[in-house]
Amino acid sequence: MSHSFFYILVSYLLVNNYVMNQFLGICPFLGVSKKLDTAAGMGMAVTFVMTLASLMTWLVKRFLLVPLELEYMQTIAFILVIAVLVQCVEMALKKISPSLYQSLGVYLPLITTNCAVLGVAIANSDAGLGLLESVVSGCCAALGFAMSMVLFAGIRERLAMTKMPAWMNGFSGALITAGLMAIAFMGFGGLLG
Amino acid sequence: MADHKKNPMKVFMNGLITENPTFSLMLGMCPTLAITTAAMNGVGMGLATTAVLVCSNLFISLMRNIISDKIRIPAFIVIIASFVTIIDMCMKAYLPDLSASLGMYIPLIVVNCIIFARAEAFAFKNGPVASIADGLGMGLGFTWAITLLSAIRELFGNGTIFGVQIMPAAYQPMAIMTKVPGGFITLGLLLALVAAIRKAIAKHSAGKEAKA
Repeated sequence: MSHSFFYILVSYLLVNNYVMNQFLGICPFLGVSKKLDTAAGMGMAVTFVMTLASLMTWLVKRFLLVPLELEYMQTIAFILVIAVLVQCVEMALKKISPSLYQSLGVYLPLITTNCAVLGVAIANSDAGLGLLESVVSGCCAALGFAMSMVLFAGIRERLAMTKMPAWMNGFSGALITAGLMAIAFMGFGGLLG
Repeated sequence: MADHKKNPMKVFMNGLITENPTFSLMLGMCPTLAITTAAMNGVGMGLATTAVLVCSNLFISLMRNIISDKIRIPAFIVIIASFVTIIDMCMKAYLPDLSASLGMYIPLIVVNCIIFARAEAFAFKNGPVASIADGLGMGLGFTWAITLLSAIRELFGNGTIFGVQIMPAAYQPMAIMTKVPGGFITLGLLLALVAAIRKAIAKHSAGKEAKA
């Protein structure tokens, strides 16, 4: 595990993008991507929480679960950490930066059930990454999520203005658009060898 | 929703068909897309989710008068996560192959929105019998939907269903169907088809009523 941080960044942005290559975080990806600015807001909120969550879950595993030999409780511990974290971030943001809270507020509770957050925590733990690597992975994975979300929202904004066949309106059209986008992302497959 | 005498059969059918979690409520999209590369995975994931859903619905329904409204979300999370851990361990012990092919997506059942949504929308407001029926209906509705999706993807992507060769030997498998884009596109087309069928049925029954 001696990959450079640049390698991790490129990997999570293009090659192993969480949404486009691993099917994590699909619900918010499809749900809040109708407008560019809401998509960007969600992306920012997720990046913030995912970076913190990678840090916290690593600490919990290293200093609580492993010494107490409770590794089998990992799923329960991680999801609770994430839920508490989201709640704390929400309260802290409300106090410290009301303007940021205004723009991110509605998305914050949704992040608890974003499988990308729990996914990155479990993936880091399964791969046995160190503290710094976990945090960087979490941050980069979230940036990859934010990037694909913003790109997708941009496409959907354009699509909303074009004439589409009736059956393509709504969810079906969004899924097929995402499929075409995923084909483009497949092109990055061999990038890191 | 305070009706405690809901007909369990009706509740069951509601989840299975009318409000199918995949085709009507659009919940639980991540596992729906991620593991549906082979029909067996679809069945396994569906049944694992059903088991968690039935248990969590039953427990939440039984405890709905004890859990205070303010802390219901963390309480739901703990209950759901406990059952997911149990199922995860059971599958690792008794079905190691299936467990390996579903991988990380078993612990991720915790964040499957179907389970959370049913806890919040149904189990917290209804009695235990109706909640079990709702869990079974929603779970099996999810199961048949993802099994159908994975069978289609396996058929075109690999020429087989449940590992049995269906397509003639000359068929060139479309590898993309079992990859990520295939998942998005197949589900998109399937949803459009379901919407078209629903429209046709509604038209048909409306025509019948007009005649009568």
